[in-house]
Amino acid sequence: MSFLNEALWVLLLGSLLGLELIGKVPPTLHTPLMSGANAISGITMLAALTLIIKAGADGNTALLVMGSVSLGFALFNVIGGFLVTDRMLAMFSRKSSRRKDTN
Amino acid sequence: MNTAVILKFAIDLVAVLLLALGIKGLSKVRSAREANRLAAIAMALAVVGVLVNYLGTTGIAVEAWIWIIFGTLVGGCLGAITAQRVPMTSMPETVALFNGCGGMSSLLVALGVAIFPAAAGPGEVGSGVVEDISIVVSVFVGSITFTGSIVAMAKLQGWLSTPPWMQSKARHFVNIALAVISLVAAVELGRHGDNASALWLLVTGAGLLGIGVTLPIGGADMPVVISLLNSYSGVAAAAAGFVVGSQLLIVAGAMVGAAGLILTQVMCDGMNRSLVSVLFGGALGASAASGGGGEYTNITSCSAEECALTLEAAERVVIVPGYGLAVAQAQHTLREVTRALEAGGIEVTYAIHPVAGRMPGHMNVLLAEADVPYEQLKEMDVINPEFPATDVVLVLGANDVVNPQAKTDTTSPLYGMPVLDVQEARTVFVVKRGMSAGYSGIKNDLFELANTSMVFGDAKKVLGDLLVELKELGIGKKG
Repeated sequence: MSFLNEALWVLLLGSLLGLELIGKVPPTLHTPLMSGANAISGITMLAALTLIIKAGADGNTALLVMGSVSLGFALFNVIGGFLVTDRMLAMFSRKSSRRKDTN
Repeated sequence: MNTAVILKFAIDLVAVLLLALGIKGLSKVRSAREANRLAAIAMALAVVGVLVNYLGTTGIAVEAWIWIIFGTLVGGCLGAITAQRVPMTSMPETVALFNGCGGMSSLLVALGVAIFPAAAGPGEVGSGVVEDISIVVSVFVGSITFTGSIVAMAKLQGWLSTPPWMQSKARHFVNIALAVISLVAAVELGRHGDNASALWLLVTGAGLLGIGVTLPIGGADMPVVISLLNSYSGVAAAAAGFVVGSQLLIVAGAMVGAAGLILTQVMCDGMNRSLVSVLFGGALGASAASGGGGEYTNITSCSAEECALTLEAAERVVIVPGYGLAVAQAQHTLREVTRALEAGGIEVTYAIHPVAGRMPGHMNVLLAEADVPYEQLKEMDVINPEFPATDVVLVLGANDVVNPQAKTDTTSPLYGMPVLDVQEARTVFVVKRGMSAGYSGIKNDLFELANTSMVFGDAKKVLGDLLVELKELGIGKKG
């Protein structure tokens, strides 16, 4: 039961951290933040990875395929999410670097 | 303890720290881009951690490597291509699509563990009950997230419209029935983890529930739903963390889940809507028919030419961009018009309502794409006191966010919603395609005021005409 115990604490503290971190975001950044947070939710790729490795050790092909598809979906989420967020944020930072130039 | 296990533990700790710093940094304009990279690095580290852990303990079979590389390449490449190709105006759909895929991933992991418990069991968890409950949660949330996000994307893209019966009260019974079915299946699955039919019933029930809840929701409310689904996908990831026994997954999932909730609340506040009415909705649409509806009288309309003449004579101009501007993709044309005005010595600022565009902050992104300096974007609280000293306000495809009813008419469904006080300005031009109501379906008193003129037409076309007229007037040519 010790994993469950620890895991529940981790869940609680993680949630509180999330609430605290997001509390003070300017509206400008809401869309990039949503997309960035969305990319982070693709962290479930770790679970897919674990699944594949365990299935590999067992020689379970069906599970290997399932894990691989799951990993594909997760990576689509992660890679796409981070890149798209970067594209959005690049527009803001381009502005601020030019401001520095002109001043 | 094995060195690999210790190393993995250390990597996980660093990854969590970087993720938290990343989310924190995303909340400031200056650090946002670096923070996004930091979060990406944290994710990569986390992957390395998992690989190191297994390489140092049980080893990774060749077959597993092949499937890992296959999944990574396909998913990663598709993600990269999608991210590069989508236009900035389609951001809400894109986030919905990515989000749905994240949900699908969690769903597949839970299904894999449920179908092959012997091969995939987490080992460390051991206790069957915990495992069963986390599988149930992961399947349920993952399934809802997937179908809900895909429906949201399809609706925003215009691929899907709401069938009439879904708008009637009947949908509540259907959705309640689906929820009950899912609950029964979930309880059954929690008691007997190996009940395959209960598992599939849960997947189907939750999936249909995701469709049933999302489908009736109107286009303008959709961003709230996407934000909520984003929060769900965090919960799904945390649940998957319980399933495979990964604390890193639980932390990251919980952080995203909590963050998504806060963001959802912010969006609801901006629209003066409660989450309940967005989800179970129709409240606004229903009251609109009896409340603020009615025909318009005393509408003044004018051409782009007259508008240009007034703009030329102005000293201070405020632009109010809205959803219509985003839909018409007119942000670049707008930037040209404002450049011309600035060159003519006219002070131009942009009034950004908290929910302008299609998502909070979406308008800022669109205007940034069109090279509008960040300092010219003023938030509602800053710009509202400045309207009385403004000569011309140009409202582009915004409606409800400039409706004075929200402040004056206590019976209006909009009453209490924060709005931009554009009517305080000397002259207001409203660029709009027709006299149709905003998404709330409520009549806008602003349009009937004496100092308001309507310029009918697509935002992009009107702005193009304006630009031509301004050039003819000699505005925009330096010197």
